[in-house]
Amino acid sequence: MTDRLLPTDESAARHLAKRHAAERRFRSYGASAVGAALVVLVALLGSILWRGLPAFTSHEVRLEIHFDADLLDPRGSGDLEVLGRGDYGRLVKLALRAKFDQVTGRRERRALSALVSSGAAFELRERVLAEPGLVGTTRLFFLPLSDDADLFFKGGVDVSTREADRRLSDAQISWLRVLEAEGRIESRISRRFFISGDSREPELAGIRGALVGSLWTLLITLLLSFPTGVAAAIYMEEFAPKNRLTDFIEVNINNLAAVPSIVFGLLGLAVLLNFFGMPRSAPLVGGTVLALMTLPTVIITSRSAIRAVPPSVREAALGIGASSLQVVSHHVLPLALPGILTGTIIGMARALGETAPLLMIGMVAFIVDVPSGPTSPATVLPVQIFLWADAPERAFLAKTSAAILVLLAFLVAMNLVAVLLRNRFERRW
Amino acid sequence: MILSLFCSLAALMVAAFVLGRRRAVAVVSGDVRSLHSRPAYYGHWVALWAGLPGLLLVLVWVAVEPSLARWQVLAHAGPAVTELSTERVELFVHDAEALAAGEVVSRQSTPELRAAAERVAQVRSEGRQGLAAVVLSVASGGLLWARRRIHPQLRARNGVERAVRGLLAASSGIAILVTIGIVLSLIFEASRFFGLVPLNEFLFGLEWSPQTAIRTDQVGSSGSFGAIPVFAGTLLITAIAMAVAVPVGLLSAIYLSDYASARARAVVKPLLEILAGIPTVVYGFFAALSVGPVIRAFGERMGWDVSSESALAAGLVMGVMIIPFVSSLSDDVINAVPQSLREASLGLGATPSETIRQVVLPAALPGIVSAILLAVSRAIGETMIVVMAAGLAANLTANPFEAVTTVTVQVVTLLVGDQEFDSAKTLAAFALGLTLFLVTLVLNVIAMAVVRRYREQYD
Repeated sequence: MTDRLLPTDESAARHLAKRHAAERRFRSYGASAVGAALVVLVALLGSILWRGLPAFTSHEVRLEIHFDADLLDPRGSGDLEVLGRGDYGRLVKLALRAKFDQVTGRRERRALSALVSSGAAFELRERVLAEPGLVGTTRLFFLPLSDDADLFFKGGVDVSTREADRRLSDAQISWLRVLEAEGRIESRISRRFFISGDSREPELAGIRGALVGSLWTLLITLLLSFPTGVAAAIYMEEFAPKNRLTDFIEVNINNLAAVPSIVFGLLGLAVLLNFFGMPRSAPLVGGTVLALMTLPTVIITSRSAIRAVPPSVREAALGIGASSLQVVSHHVLPLALPGILTGTIIGMARALGETAPLLMIGMVAFIVDVPSGPTSPATVLPVQIFLWADAPERAFLAKTSAAILVLLAFLVAMNLVAVLLRNRFERRW
Repeated sequence: MILSLFCSLAALMVAAFVLGRRRAVAVVSGDVRSLHSRPAYYGHWVALWAGLPGLLLVLVWVAVEPSLARWQVLAHAGPAVTELSTERVELFVHDAEALAAGEVVSRQSTPELRAAAERVAQVRSEGRQGLAAVVLSVASGGLLWARRRIHPQLRARNGVERAVRGLLAASSGIAILVTIGIVLSLIFEASRFFGLVPLNEFLFGLEWSPQTAIRTDQVGSSGSFGAIPVFAGTLLITAIAMAVAVPVGLLSAIYLSDYASARARAVVKPLLEILAGIPTVVYGFFAALSVGPVIRAFGERMGWDVSSESALAAGLVMGVMIIPFVSSLSDDVINAVPQSLREASLGLGATPSETIRQVVLPAALPGIVSAILLAVSRAIGETMIVVMAAGLAANLTANPFEAVTTVTVQVVTLLVGDQEFDSAKTLAAFALGLTLFLVTLVLNVIAMAVVRRYREQYD
């Protein structure tokens, strides 16, 4: 249309074409920026999904285990203490040797027993302690393979490389192939990943300890930051006089929201651990540090939720004789609660994913036991991810990605709850 | 012990509520209309009198106990301890406390230490028993006193509301306490560091090797604490991150607010916000195990020498992390530019992109600048990505393919796993932390000031 206005002016038409080209270019820049961000998102999630999914299954080998009474309980006492001290690792070795009786040399035998995880002995021990009648019998058991053997069945071992360059020898691979041909190898959902604590052996390591640690930490964070945050927000919105002190508090809260998280870790280290002498590595300290960190978020979101309640509600309540505190507790707070809860859940989700401040207060220790309370040493899910990402064994790579998937699942769930809460209860006035 | 004391105090408060409420109803023989407040307020009032003094006493004790124990230890310790240097005495007291708490102490436990630990344990157990007795009697005393004072004219509601308002005000004061705590602890530990290493050397020194050797005759025994390479590494990685985040974030904010259809925006915006919700440790893992090797392989093919912990990998991934931060902040300010300005510009014949570049962006500039400043402060303080993907050694270089270290990486490596608290090495972490805190604080303050100063008021 516009180029009809000046049909004779060639240069104007050229100029216009140029401007339109610039317009298209600019628009494509914008579209490609959005596209690039989305591509990276897909690459990030895709690579973690692709790496992590194999860790949810593990390969196990079915072996006939003979619970030799001479090895476990030579006197036939049936005493659980004697049974607990038995050499269960030997049972596994004997079962493997019975399978491959042509293997004789010391080194070959050791290579053979290295195919089964060292955790197999513990599992047999648990079984016998739970059911002492097993002694003297022969039973079929599924036992966990070692991480290298498991990786072989997941296609993680390149057989074409030189023998010295891989973690499995040719002989070990041929044994594994025999076991597979006999149908003794099965891929099963790895329950161990969810029910056991950390371990140096990748095939035995699980996230239960980290999960429970995260739950304790988050509980402390919630208990500390939610009441204080909401109380502070109510005061700031409903009662605080307009003066310098109030302004100062407000500036403080806004600044705290932008302080790097690691500084809160330094605060926890210097004040909570060194000054107050609280225990290292404990969810109590971690939760307190995270509570201080999320407090500004909770205050800011609660304030905006309280501010969204229209003044007419307050005036109506005041008009029929409610005191100012009754106005807040009977009317404003219930109406603002969905917004407050949404903000709190988002703050908690951020606390769940936070790692850096917890490194400062010693939650990076290698902890096998599942924490039993807020003062027992613990680690949390993101720190566990950090620790596994540093581990040299290749199998930990999949474990790390799997732990990330679990963490992301929790975050997605929390955010979904927040969104649902907002959509279900949010009122527009 | 303290926990069970809290529980019994809580139980006492519940009992006080029930007793007070009942008493109020009994005083007016069931005719609650003649009470000044509703009966529940009398219950709350009695409960507060029963609970608050006791709670305050417990808090005071928790604050006083360590110094009391310390005083006891020093008062009974022999000259072997008191003649030590101040820092050694600190360490001795700290170890005694740890031993009393049943923790494992790194040092050999000497008889003096064991005696001191016993004294600490004694102070703790005796003090807490005394505390329990005092607190519970004060609480029951308060309960009985308050219950006796109930009469129909008592303004119970006003009393309760005053207490609750005080509690609310105290909660909002916690924000100030946290700030003071951060500032004081950082300044205190950092000043100890600057007692060992001069401020000049820290700020302008060119060599950073905090690993002090055990024996004095070894090479590099003193350690050197010139933080310039660490600052330079932080700046390099931050610059790379901003080079990714600012164009991508800004352009996508522009595209989403001025070009995209409402439906596309409804889909894409939440997707971009997912990027903001992903924990940083996940980005670190991605940078170290996916992006790092890819960049390295690419560099090798081009014949460049690329470190596996290159600044580029950490910076790129950090940039991705900050994209949603930049885009959502600038989206807000771009949307805040009134539609009438756009319409006026389009009406004069400008194309949409000319409108954006010559009208919308200048109007939104203060907001965008402050968003970028906030993003820079975010990038400087970001920890996990660089801990996992950047290097440990301090190189003074501007080459993005080399490994550099950052302030946050150094803070983490200096403090993780090390418990000795009088060496320059651990204290250096607090000096770095103080620098980090000050820089991010200044950036935030400037960002807020820019918005306040240059914001256009549209009516």
